[in-house]
Amino acid sequence: MNKDKEEIILLAHGDGGLLTRELVNNIFLRHFDNPLLRPLADAAVLPAQTGRMAFTADAFVVDPVFFPGGDIGKLAVCGTVNDLAVSGARPRHITASFIIEEGFALAALEKIAASMAAACAEAGVTVVAGDTKVVPRGHVDKIFISTAGVGMIPDNLGLGCHRLRPGDAVLVNGSLGNHGLTILSARENLGLEGGLQSDCAPLNGIIRQLLDKCSGIKIMRDLTRGGLATAAKEIAEAGGIDIYLQEALLPVDAAARGGAEMLGLDPLYLANEGKFLAIVDPTEAALVVEILQRHPFGRDARVIGEVRAGKGNVYMETALGGTRIIDYLAGNPLPRIC
Amino acid sequence: MGETVSKRIVITGTVQGVGFRPHVYKLARSMGLAGTVRNSGRGVLVEVEGPGEIVRRFIAAVQENLPCLAAINACEVYVQPLRGYRDFTIVPTRGETTGESVVPPDTAACPDCRREIMDPADRHYWYPFTNCTCCGPRFTIIQSLPYDRARTAMAGFAMCERCSAEYKDPVDRRFHAQPVACPECGPRVSLVDRCGKAVPGDWVAQARRLLAGGKIIAVKGLGGFHLACNGEDPVAVMNLRRRKGRPARPLAVMCRDIAMVRRHCRVSPAEEALLRSSAAPIVVLERKPSSTLPRELAPGINSIGVMLPYTPLHILLQEKGPGVLVMTSGNRSGLPLARDNREALQQLGEVADYFLLHNRDILHRCDDSVVRAAGGGTQFIRRSRGYVPQSIALPGVNGAAGEMVCFGAGGDMKNTFCLVKAGRAYLSQHVGEVDTLEGADNYRECVENFRRLLRMEPVVVGYDLHPGYHSAKLARSLIAGRHVGVQHHHAHMAACMAENGLEERVIGAVLDGTGYGSDGNIWGFEILLGDYLGFTREWHLEYVPLPGGERAVRNPWVTAVAYLVKALGEEGLAIAKKIFPDKQKEISIIQKIMQKGINAPPASSCGRFFDAVAALLGVCLVNTYDGQAAIELGEMAPARFRGTLEPYPFNLRNGVIEVGLVIKAIVSDLDNKINAEKIAGRFHDTVAAMVVKAVDEAGAGSGLDQVVLSGGCWYNRYMLEAVSNILVEKGFRVYRHRQIPTGDGGICLGQAMVAGRQYCLQPG
Ligand SMILES: [Fe+3]
Ligand SMILES: [Mg+2]
Ligand SMILES: [Zn+2]
Ligand SMILES: [Zn+2]
Repeated sequence: MNKDKEEIILLAHGDGGLLTRELVNNIFLRHFDNPLLRPLADAAVLPAQTGRMAFTADAFVVDPVFFPGGDIGKLAVCGTVNDLAVSGARPRHITASFIIEEGFALAALEKIAASMAAACAEAGVTVVAGDTKVVPRGHVDKIFISTAGVGMIPDNLGLGCHRLRPGDAVLVNGSLGNHGLTILSARENLGLEGGLQSDCAPLNGIIRQLLDKCSGIKIMRDLTRGGLATAAKEIAEAGGIDIYLQEALLPVDAAARGGAEMLGLDPLYLANEGKFLAIVDPTEAALVVEILQRHPFGRDARVIGEVRAGKGNVYMETALGGTRIIDYLAGNPLPRIC
Repeated sequence: MGETVSKRIVITGTVQGVGFRPHVYKLARSMGLAGTVRNSGRGVLVEVEGPGEIVRRFIAAVQENLPCLAAINACEVYVQPLRGYRDFTIVPTRGETTGESVVPPDTAACPDCRREIMDPADRHYWYPFTNCTCCGPRFTIIQSLPYDRARTAMAGFAMCERCSAEYKDPVDRRFHAQPVACPECGPRVSLVDRCGKAVPGDWVAQARRLLAGGKIIAVKGLGGFHLACNGEDPVAVMNLRRRKGRPARPLAVMCRDIAMVRRHCRVSPAEEALLRSSAAPIVVLERKPSSTLPRELAPGINSIGVMLPYTPLHILLQEKGPGVLVMTSGNRSGLPLARDNREALQQLGEVADYFLLHNRDILHRCDDSVVRAAGGGTQFIRRSRGYVPQSIALPGVNGAAGEMVCFGAGGDMKNTFCLVKAGRAYLSQHVGEVDTLEGADNYRECVENFRRLLRMEPVVVGYDLHPGYHSAKLARSLIAGRHVGVQHHHAHMAACMAENGLEERVIGAVLDGTGYGSDGNIWGFEILLGDYLGFTREWHLEYVPLPGGERAVRNPWVTAVAYLVKALGEEGLAIAKKIFPDKQKEISIIQKIMQKGINAPPASSCGRFFDAVAALLGVCLVNTYDGQAAIELGEMAPARFRGTLEPYPFNLRNGVIEVGLVIKAIVSDLDNKINAEKIAGRFHDTVAAMVVKAVDEAGAGSGLDQVVLSGGCWYNRYMLEAVSNILVEKGFRVYRHRQIPTGDGGICLGQAMVAGRQYCLQPG
């Protein structure tokens, strides 16, 4: 390849010919190399497993592609790994499909691949299959990545809303809203300050520790689109219980708090990529907090509320007194104050 | 005299529990007529026999010189065969329970009762629950109808012999006064500390001592608790503010007597009448320059909300205690009024030092009403205790829509809801904020209570279109029937039409805070054309983004930046950075989120326009309570309209009232060091001129000449006066609110009307 000028993705990189082969070998295989991927066959052949397998898929279209704390590649790995992890599965393998806009810089693609490889290593998963398509300028925005993942669920594990009981403790592993604000600030060049960065991280390690040491974990959910509020509401409805959050206990670090206040946004509804909600038996709440806090992705972990008997509602007891009703977001949050 | 006739008279309205039967009884006896009078679920039923002419005079007289609390809605007369009555008697109540009988509102202690509690010889001496047929608690203690003691909060108090005798004596002024009580048989007061431990000794003396020492006492009243402290003690006032988290919102005071009110405020005869009325509302008065009351009561504002003691308990508390008491509503922000003793200790335990409790339950919460005398009438800021659940006649509203019951859900802030039936509107008490769990529960409870007390089943519900309004969701879940979404400002307009009996198309000048518009944007400065069935938006204030949505509403300086950037672009940005030097970074971000439309909903709101200018002038940068900036800017307008306006230049173009020139002119005045009062005055004139011009255009285009003024910004007295006067001069007929709030406390009526009319057009 010509190294003199900045190399970019051409339509020919996606036509299945020589350039495609070169791209796969020089970038993807080089970074993702592992015995299952190496044959580059039509399908990866995985050893058969007994027991239960979790299988998930996700697509990533984040703008900007690179942002403080991560990039679209890291996000694509963590998103799928986290979906598996909160389901109780131990993520094993993922696939990665790329839809790239003609003209995208090869160097950027390489950076993304390297970042994916690093995230895979951290999460202990391998990329076992993939695909690459190049589309004409304007047909996608720079690069879209779609990942799918499989993982095994330990035999004795039974997570689910049916296990929720009044008194169960609701926990979160750290500050809320950082990812959503980081993306917004980077995309719109807002210049939010305070060292704001995405919390993007693979959660399977910290979750594995929890599941290994605690039997009272009842349900977990990663707090991506729609944030904590949406996840809590979904769980409450599915479980037919109420969730009461304590505003004073919610972890929102200074950077996220400042940014959210500035934009008039509510951290409760902002996206995260390295946060999960766990509902646990109250007798184990302290242990869970202790385990989480010992892990780098759980330093700010804490109990933020509890389950009460109810009918699928989420409430937040506010600092001023008065219990806020937390509902799904209906479009943009328009002012209600007259 | 004519031959003997027999008539059956059905009288509906506020006729039970107000001494109406004795009124009929005494009248019939004095005229020598025979017959009976009794309460029924429908109202009061009179059968009367005697010479035709005298019966005719009796029927007329029964409707005159009514007992103090009675109000007649209708009086139907039927001929019936002679029954042969010998004398006139009061017949005990039967079990019938359907109809339109109306619960009376709570009423301030009457002069007779006041005299008794001060008379050492009277058995009611110093008794804080003294009342009679003419006065005392009603709405707040009535569980259900018919109105009998057993269905009130007095059910648990068995009358002693003497009370019972008075209660049964048709000529006694306590005849059938359900809450009658005396020291022997009635409720009792207890003064306790935060832990519920009793403070020994005479409660009046102890409370007086504590208040004098700067303590805060939560006082259980008629419709909830008040937080009380010595109103002449700035330290106590600031302490209350700090503990309640209310840095600037004006606090109402209770003055011992009218002389005390006069010492601190100007009081016109109309204002005095309001203060002394049986509703005893908080009346917003102008403070005298000589007043020694601490400024902390209402920082930045020259008016003050004053009421007179309206229960015997208040009268005794002030008899020798502080002449001026702060009496602010006893709730934490976002929560409904504390109602029972335990709730109060829990909710107010960190605010109040002591609790003045009693053991008569409050069945319905009811905040104090707040009114103002404006332009030869009463302006309701909050219509609640003393007025609710009395109905409001809607002149001319009847016919097909008559018997049908329509429900208006109200808004999310300052909520009231209403039921409309047979040409009368029944507005709820001030429900307040409904966006919390407690607020929503309170709303549900209030709606259920109202339906039960009025025995009305709505068939149609009007609700606000705002997708985030809890009131709208709650109403729809509580009430079956047809649900009709009503645009916020259409509801304001319709409410004003209904109150003034307007049927034909009108011009609506709706100046408001923020309401959800039909186009999904925020509206609030709208010149509408229409009727109950629909409207067109003829003119509106230019859209300006509200950066951060509610954040801008809470921070007028943010809105000011938005106005500067909208009007002056990059130059506006530079000016904003000069005016708000400590917000450099934030201002750049505000500009970006405006440009990119990130959480920056476009708004055409009068309230926000006022906010922006208040912040530009440095009057108020942050709203610590609803409407603070607009109120404080309003304080800078001239006291009276002087006949002509001195507006800044502005343009009306393609349905849009443009703000650019106004902002430019204000910036240039600021540059030229023109004083803030002058700018504020010209700004008021500008907004008034905008309304006049737009209404004029709308009138010329449509040939309509009736204008209704509605929306929260019409609380601005100068604006109301200026616009009304000029429009009248131009030949318009101008209507405004006189019985319901012009703010969001009034939209429920408009919602009910619009929904009802749409239902009639397309029933089923
Ligand atoms: Fe409004
Ligand atoms: Mg997913
Ligand atoms: Zn009385
Ligand atoms: Zn008695």
